[in-house]
Amino acid sequence: MTAHAQDPYRIGRGGGADSTTGRGEGGPASKRTTVGYGFWIYLLSDIILFSGFFAAYAVLARQTAGGPSSHDLFGQERVAIETAALLLSSFTCGLAGVAAEKRKLVPALAWLLATGVLGAVFLGLELIEFAEMIGMGAGPQRSAFLSAFFGLVGLHGLHIAVGLLWLGTMMAQLWVKGFRPQVLRRLMCFTLFWHALDIVWVGIFTMVYLMGVAP
Amino acid sequence: MLGKLSWSAIPFSQPIPLIAAGGVGLALFAVLGWITVKGHWPYLWKEWITSADHKRIGVMYVLLGLVMLLRGFVDAIMMRTQQASAIGHAQGYLPPEHYDQIFSAHGTIMIFFGAMPVIIGLMNFVVPLQLGVRDVAFPTLNSTSFWLTAAGALLVNMSLVIGEFARTGWLPYAPLSETTYSPGVGVDYYVWAIQISGVGTLMSGINLVTTILKLRAPGMGYLRMPMFCWTALGANMLIVAAFPILTATLAMLTLDRYLGFHFFTNEAGGNMMMFVNLIWAWGHPEVYILILPAFGIFSEIFSTFSSKPLFGYRSMVAATLFIVVVSFTVWLHHFFTMGAGGDVNAAFGIATSIIAVGTGVKIYNWLFTMVGGRLRFPTPMLWSLAFMMTFVIGGMTGVLLAVPPADFMLHNSMFLVAHFHNVINSGVVFGAFAGITYWFPKAFGFRLDEYWGKMAFCLTLAGFLIVFGALYVLGLEGMTRRLQHIDFTEWAPWLYVSVAGIGVMILGVASQIVQIVVSIRNREALRDETGDPWDGRSLEWATSSPPPAFNFAVLPKVHGEEPYWTIKRQAIESQGLADEPPYEAIEMPRNSATGVVTAFFATLIGFSMIWMIWWLAALGFVGAYATFVVFAWRDEEEKEIPAEEVARIDRARRAARSKWLEENREQPA
Repeated sequence: MTAHAQDPYRIGRGGGADSTTGRGEGGPASKRTTVGYGFWIYLLSDIILFSGFFAAYAVLARQTAGGPSSHDLFGQERVAIETAALLLSSFTCGLAGVAAEKRKLVPALAWLLATGVLGAVFLGLELIEFAEMIGMGAGPQRSAFLSAFFGLVGLHGLHIAVGLLWLGTMMAQLWVKGFRPQVLRRLMCFTLFWHALDIVWVGIFTMVYLMGVAP
Repeated sequence: MLGKLSWSAIPFSQPIPLIAAGGVGLALFAVLGWITVKGHWPYLWKEWITSADHKRIGVMYVLLGLVMLLRGFVDAIMMRTQQASAIGHAQGYLPPEHYDQIFSAHGTIMIFFGAMPVIIGLMNFVVPLQLGVRDVAFPTLNSTSFWLTAAGALLVNMSLVIGEFARTGWLPYAPLSETTYSPGVGVDYYVWAIQISGVGTLMSGINLVTTILKLRAPGMGYLRMPMFCWTALGANMLIVAAFPILTATLAMLTLDRYLGFHFFTNEAGGNMMMFVNLIWAWGHPEVYILILPAFGIFSEIFSTFSSKPLFGYRSMVAATLFIVVVSFTVWLHHFFTMGAGGDVNAAFGIATSIIAVGTGVKIYNWLFTMVGGRLRFPTPMLWSLAFMMTFVIGGMTGVLLAVPPADFMLHNSMFLVAHFHNVINSGVVFGAFAGITYWFPKAFGFRLDEYWGKMAFCLTLAGFLIVFGALYVLGLEGMTRRLQHIDFTEWAPWLYVSVAGIGVMILGVASQIVQIVVSIRNREALRDETGDPWDGRSLEWATSSPPPAFNFAVLPKVHGEEPYWTIKRQAIESQGLADEPPYEAIEMPRNSATGVVTAFFATLIGFSMIWMIWWLAALGFVGAYATFVVFAWRDEEEKEIPAEEVARIDRARRAARSKWLEENREQPA
């Protein structure tokens, strides 16, 4: 050992002493850890995708090209309901996760259904907002500001829509296959995904809707 | 019914693409016909197309990359010859609209479908073996990644006969790429091909990051990982952090083109400089995504063929991670002339110079690895040495370009073209060839022919130096890039020199092909019996060549750095292998058609979106979702390899090793 320490090629080499699996020197991690970890990495990449659209919105927010600005367009009432629905859906999604941990099928499915309904309410309100804006001539073709708005908020809406599709598939799997390990792992990933969309929404709510109407 | 698609999409009036496509099509049908006649389809389907084995997928990635490198090389030959034959009154043989497609396709294909698949393929093949594990974290996802990349490559090559490719350069700068100025389907081909393959690359990045951080043999701490694993980790973290920016940027361009949004347009407040900023915020990390794994390959090769551990391992790790971070702070040097002002340009110029320090550290470490070593010079080592000498030249011209005032003179010139080919060719391409020759015996069980390998090396290096030496001079004489016609006859001699150089490179490429053919013929003579043909130091050499599906019968226990070297020394000193371990059954991932089916629907979506065939696109999305559901529904994800089978395979490996020990008994330990 001392001979090693004096060898200049070995300076700075040596491993961590941690023997937990998946960390340090403990050998390969369990499947659950690997799947969860990989999904977190995906979520990070997804947040970077959003950051591109956030950056575009920040650059283009004042480029209204003589058209309506954020002050003219954004009321807070509908957005408040949207936000409440989405945040509440995150809570019900968490409860579904807890029920799944306790292997209670009916509560898990019920809470997932509640999550889906709240998500659909959110998405419906958003689509109504989009339709109203397009109807009053404030569609994405009107100005760069509106392009960036529809791009950013639409991307989030698209994620919610895909999430709802995933949620439906997830409930069907749970119903048919029960609490198998791979179904539980997927459920864990779904809840992570849903919470991440919440975090992104908080960013959109702040940057688009609150800062948009700030004097 | 068929959107914008009609017979006029096929360029009947242009002989060059038609003949080229006809040739490619014939070759393709010949190969497919041969496979059908010989009845190889079941084998290909079972063992390769649906395989979830990281080694098979890695080999397929490299194959795809090599074929596409060849396609990109043909584009390069056309550009060099067109410029040399269009000086003064001469017009050459490529009309401008075709020439513009060729330089766009050349860059796109070389980076996205040539270099990336080869590099990702090598990481896929080598990383799990070096970490001492049985597969990547998500094997089916890995197969999907590969097939999505292949789908993108297919779309780009379809544009040769159906419609046209982008004429905007390899990065479709707005507003040129907007519908106002590029109304055809060229940019749409670019966008959908890159988006589809980009999803594949991102998933591959997620997969490899998770593999390296979560799946390592027991005892393999972070600072015991081979250098290639570290650089692969760096490159894949960059993929995860940078590729979503590309996806976002191209999505915005797509919205502009398809739905009349105004992200990058001239009118309604769009900001075209935002496109350049966003695309290079991906684009600069991208060059490090390509070069970092190549650095890892060179580290492995210098260490193996110097018969010494890598010098300055920890500083190498630090330099890699330094490059990962700093690569995100230099993107503006791609457009110093934008007019961001002196302060901004200075900040990015300094950051650009600083990032060269990380590479400098690596160069010195490789030099000191060789100092005092017992050097051997097979083909992989030759590529590595040539890399070190030529890359330093490319690096220095890069540092020159990093000085904003100099860049104002040199930007958009052939000097810039020579610079980035200098670094990408000698870094990534030489690295890829070095890596392929180095790990080829591991993948196929026999070495590549040395004579033809050295021939290919000498010719490629000579041709490369002649071509880009000439382009450096042309750049300094003021020639701008992407010229379809040359007005100044003074440039003619150097253009002829570069054509001569590409002639030498053609011979180099031919030698590579001959090398593979000759090696396959002589495979019995070149057989790697032990699994350790180069006297290697890391764990991939501990298993047989080619490795069994499960890589290691028993996961190796790592007790220090260079674990395989330790095992080998112990065996030589004690004149015997360690005791036979107790064998257990091994669970391996089952084959899955998910990847290839997903890629089929992705190609369908891409093609129908390009030609605006909406119903077909909808069908593609439904098909992709159905594939997802079917995949989610499958009950058995893994198959079991029984313990007896594992024992039989591993005993054969042990017998080969014992034989080697027996035969080399006289050697001093």
